[in-house]
Amino acid sequence: MTLELEHFLTVGALLFSLGLFVALSKRNAIGVLMGVELMLNAVNLTLLSFSRFSVSERPVAGQTFVVFVITVAAAEAAVALALAVSVYRNRQTVDIDRINLLKS
Amino acid sequence: MDGIDIVGPQVAVLGGAGLILLVDALFPQQRKLLPYIALVALAASALWTTSWVSRDEYGAAFDGTLMLDKYAVFFYYLFAGITATVVLASIDWVDREGRGQGEYYALVLTTCSGLMFLSASRDLITIFVSLELSSIPQYILAGWGKDQRSSEAGLKYLLLGAVASSLLLYGMALLYGFSGSTLLPEIATAIRDGGEANRSLLILASVLLIAGFGFKMAIVPFQMWVPDVYQGAPTPVAAFLSVGSKAAAFAVITRVFMEGLAPKFLSDDWSMIFAVIAAVSMTVGNVMAIVQTDIKRMLGYSSVAQAGTFLIGLAAISAGGADEFTLGASGVLLFLAAYAFTNLGAFIAIIAISQKLGSDQIKDYAGMWRRSPLLTLALGICLVSLTGIPPTVGFWGKMYIFNAGIHADLAWLVVIGVLNSVVSGYYYLSVARQMFLGDPESEEPVGASPALMLALTAATAGVLVFGVIPMPLIDAARDAVATLAIG
Repeated sequence: MTLELEHFLTVGALLFSLGLFVALSKRNAIGVLMGVELMLNAVNLTLLSFSRFSVSERPVAGQTFVVFVITVAAAEAAVALALAVSVYRNRQTVDIDRINLLKS
Repeated sequence: MDGIDIVGPQVAVLGGAGLILLVDALFPQQRKLLPYIALVALAASALWTTSWVSRDEYGAAFDGTLMLDKYAVFFYYLFAGITATVVLASIDWVDREGRGQGEYYALVLTTCSGLMFLSASRDLITIFVSLELSSIPQYILAGWGKDQRSSEAGLKYLLLGAVASSLLLYGMALLYGFSGSTLLPEIATAIRDGGEANRSLLILASVLLIAGFGFKMAIVPFQMWVPDVYQGAPTPVAAFLSVGSKAAAFAVITRVFMEGLAPKFLSDDWSMIFAVIAAVSMTVGNVMAIVQTDIKRMLGYSSVAQAGTFLIGLAAISAGGADEFTLGASGVLLFLAAYAFTNLGAFIAIIAISQKLGSDQIKDYAGMWRRSPLLTLALGICLVSLTGIPPTVGFWGKMYIFNAGIHADLAWLVVIGVLNSVVSGYYYLSVARQMFLGDPESEEPVGASPALMLALTAATAGVLVFGVIPMPLIDAARDAVATLAIG
């Protein structure tokens, strides 16, 4: 059996759905962040498989896109962890259900 | 135009940010100067944009990834103006907060450059990077305050924002996979040639794009963060993201759907999606706003409702000919400018009043007329404009958008919009009634610093002047939209 575009796309879609499920169901802020990372990497996989298998005028665009996604994800994770630390210092928890001062 | 000229306005803004960090580090005694450096940088940016306009130089740049047309120029001016107002409104708050002054203004300017790039970009990668360039500093700014609420707001904003940008990215990946390109015009060509057979894939991609941008636009069902972040974030920052990132998201989504996804078989579907979301956003936002006791939360839900009104313009775009397109899209631009003046004015008045009261509760605003006539009058004018009553600029924005909706055979949506305006009048004007007719708890006058008064005067003057003479703004919006290439 040879690996075709469909296989990569299926894995990408599964990973993305798993990541979305993790991000929406985890109560721990760091867990949510891990779900987001999973989603972003699923996107990277999808982009790379498209640029590898599709007949495209710009195969490089997909790969360039992935480099930017990785970079931005790193920047976002850095800020997220900094904010999580700042919340933890105030509240001694990063449980989203217990971070609930903002209510009407 | 070539070389540095292409990114001149952003270079001016980012150069200002760098200079602020340097001055902050090398001359800590001169901290008072920092906001003025920011203002000078923004003025330089606007001047650079003006020099394009006077040379009449427009066109694509960087292999077509940036499109410097009148549409982008409209938003360059809008963002420079918004950011300058926010800087003026921040001075008091940042002085009192005391720490990280240089970083605060540098982050505000960085956000501004991201917003500018966003309105000009015509390439999926550029759109994504500039979206994050404007978002990540805003996550930090939302968590800037010392109290627990602020860091909570920052964390919530970031986590939900990260999920939203992942959805956006997946939609972009699907578009790239389908068309083999990240440039909007090439995507449009691919869709015209072979899109009909892959309609379901393209609709999925459109839905994911709407979800990703919808988070920034604050539409239902991506509105959960809005009231929390508006309440928890420092008020100047809440003002910034209520107008800045909302305007940029509408700028980019209009460009993406017009230049990339416009063919009829597709636009009928996303137009329907926009129409439904518009109806739900207006209704949910207004109903939730009625029961709020905190004025910042109330403005948060009102911002969701206003986003729904903007969407009427987007839904009207796809209805057919060039006329509907110009009406719908220029309605969105006109209303964005109107909303920027109005909401900034409202937020600045709230900054001034809350600083004195130490409270955001609506009941504490009772009798404010006797304690501070000027602030009360300005806030009252802005609330009237948010409702959409003449002679304010908000009236023209709503009129224009409703008109576009009627022309596009969306009369049912316009009826819902008008009904919602009536509902919104109830809570906007009940705040005004409290302020003018209620009994104050104390007679102690409430004042504002000169910088706040300047920002407030500028915003309120915009609301009134363009409310009486709306033609310059309408013409600018129509000119801007005329340069968009319909894909």
